[in-house]
Order: sequence, then structure tokens, then C-alpha cells
Amino acid sequence: MPPALPAHVPLHAYLVLAAVLFAIGLFGVVTRRNIIGILLGIELMLNSVNINLVAFARFSGDVAGLVFAVFTISITVAEVALGLALVILIFRVRRTAVADHLDLLRG
Amino acid sequence: MIEPIAFAGLAVVLIGSALAVVLTKNLFHSVLWLALTLTGTAGIFLSLDAEFLAAVQLLLYAGGVVTIVVFAIVVTERLVGDRITQTSRQLVNGFIIAAAVLVGVLSFVLRSPGWGPRPPIPGDLTKAIGQLVLTRFVLPFELLALLFFAALLGAIYFARPDE
Repeated sequence: MPPALPAHVPLHAYLVLAAVLFAIGLFGVVTRRNIIGILLGIELMLNSVNINLVAFARFSGDVAGLVFAVFTISITVAEVALGLALVILIFRVRRTAVADHLDLLRG
Repeated sequence: MIEPIAFAGLAVVLIGSALAVVLTKNLFHSVLWLALTLTGTAGIFLSLDAEFLAAVQLLLYAGGVVTIVVFAIVVTERLVGDRITQTSRQLVNGFIIAAAVLVGVLSFVLRSPGWGPRPPIPGDLTKAIGQLVLTRFVLPFELLALLFFAALLGAIYFARPDE
């Protein structure tokens, strides 16, 4: 057992963790070709934002941050439901889930 | 003493499963790893004394979102007739972009002064959330209801049978 272990977790630890998760989600959004894969990356990014909100709310002692986390979680769920409805609709019409194939508006 | 160990364990699970979400070839496995990530986030919320948010996270995210995504994958696989294997592209560019954003954010985070230990919990947090939602944030709360109504209508419109 290392003796240098701190007694409590500082705010910076949560912020760094959230930043790493955000970067991983961004990596997924940039590299995935499948639309559902891109949506999963967006989920990761929004999730990391929630960690930030809750951590700041807890360390500042202000409950408003928790309320905003509730709002972002609800809005994200609505966004995912609509996004996947769009994906299924695109599938019906174009028979593809690869974002690169959806270039109907290409000039 | 238990707190940093729990945080370290959760952080390892979170980062590992998040990497699996963006790197797994099989889209279905990717969703299952996302479920683990979201559950681990609920653990992070618990470590921050936000029990209500942990419950909301498990119910809405790990329960709702994962179910919807699995449903979408099953439906689209049935429509296209074969298994979806997803390939990634531009891994190097994606890594450079993500690393640049990470370095940019971390340079700000690590330069900022520390906040010191967390203050004691001001009473029941769940009760405080409920009171704030229905007093100070009642307008955003009602707008949220409107948003859900619009989302519901939109989802029904998108999912309508072909004429």
C-alpha cells in the first residue's frame, strides 16, 4: 500500500477523467463510419460533460449543477431516441448506415 | 482511504470501456461496452454523493439508451439482411484531433488552482434538487416537457409506416 495516497479525491481528478472520456468520444465520432457508432461517440462526450457538472456542483456546494445534470441527461435521451429514429428512417430509404454514403447534398 | 481506491478503479473501468466503445469492430459489442461506461459513470456520481443522479443515470442511460440502441441495431440488421461490421477510418487523424483537444483541455485544467476538499453535504441533495427544479428552474423544467412532447411527436412521425 503506497503511503502517498491522498485521503480524498481532488476536483482535478474528476476533471481529468472527464477530459479523457471526452477525447475518447471525440475520437469515436471522427473515426467511426457507421452512424450508430458516431452516436455512441456523442453519448460518451455528453456523459463526460455530466461528470464535470456533478463534480463542480459537489465541490462548490451548489445544487444547481445537479439540476443541470438532470436536464442534460433528459435532453440527451430525447436526442438519442430521435437520432436513432432518423437512422432507421435513413435505413429504410437508402439501405445504408455509413455516413459517407449519405452525400445527397454534395455540390 | 477507500475513496481514492474506488475512484481509481472506476476510472480504469471507465477509460477501458470507453476505449472499447470506439475501437470494437462489432457494433453490438460496442453498445454493451457503452452500457459498462454509463454504469461506471453512475458509480462516479455515487462517489460524488449524488445518489439521485446515479439512479437517473442507470434508469435513463444504462436502461433506456442502451435498449434503444440495441433495438435500432437489430432493426437495421434485419433491414439490410446481414451483420453490421463497422470499420473505422482516418485513425491517425482522429487520434491527432482527440489528443489535441485533450492536451488543450488538460492544460487549462491543470493550470487552474485547486479547489480544496469538498464541503459537507448541505442536507438531503435529492430533496434540494426537487425543490430547485420546482422553484428556481421551473421554466426550464416546463420547457423540458415541451421538448419531450416534440421529440415524441417526431419519433412517431419518423416511425410511421410507409404510405
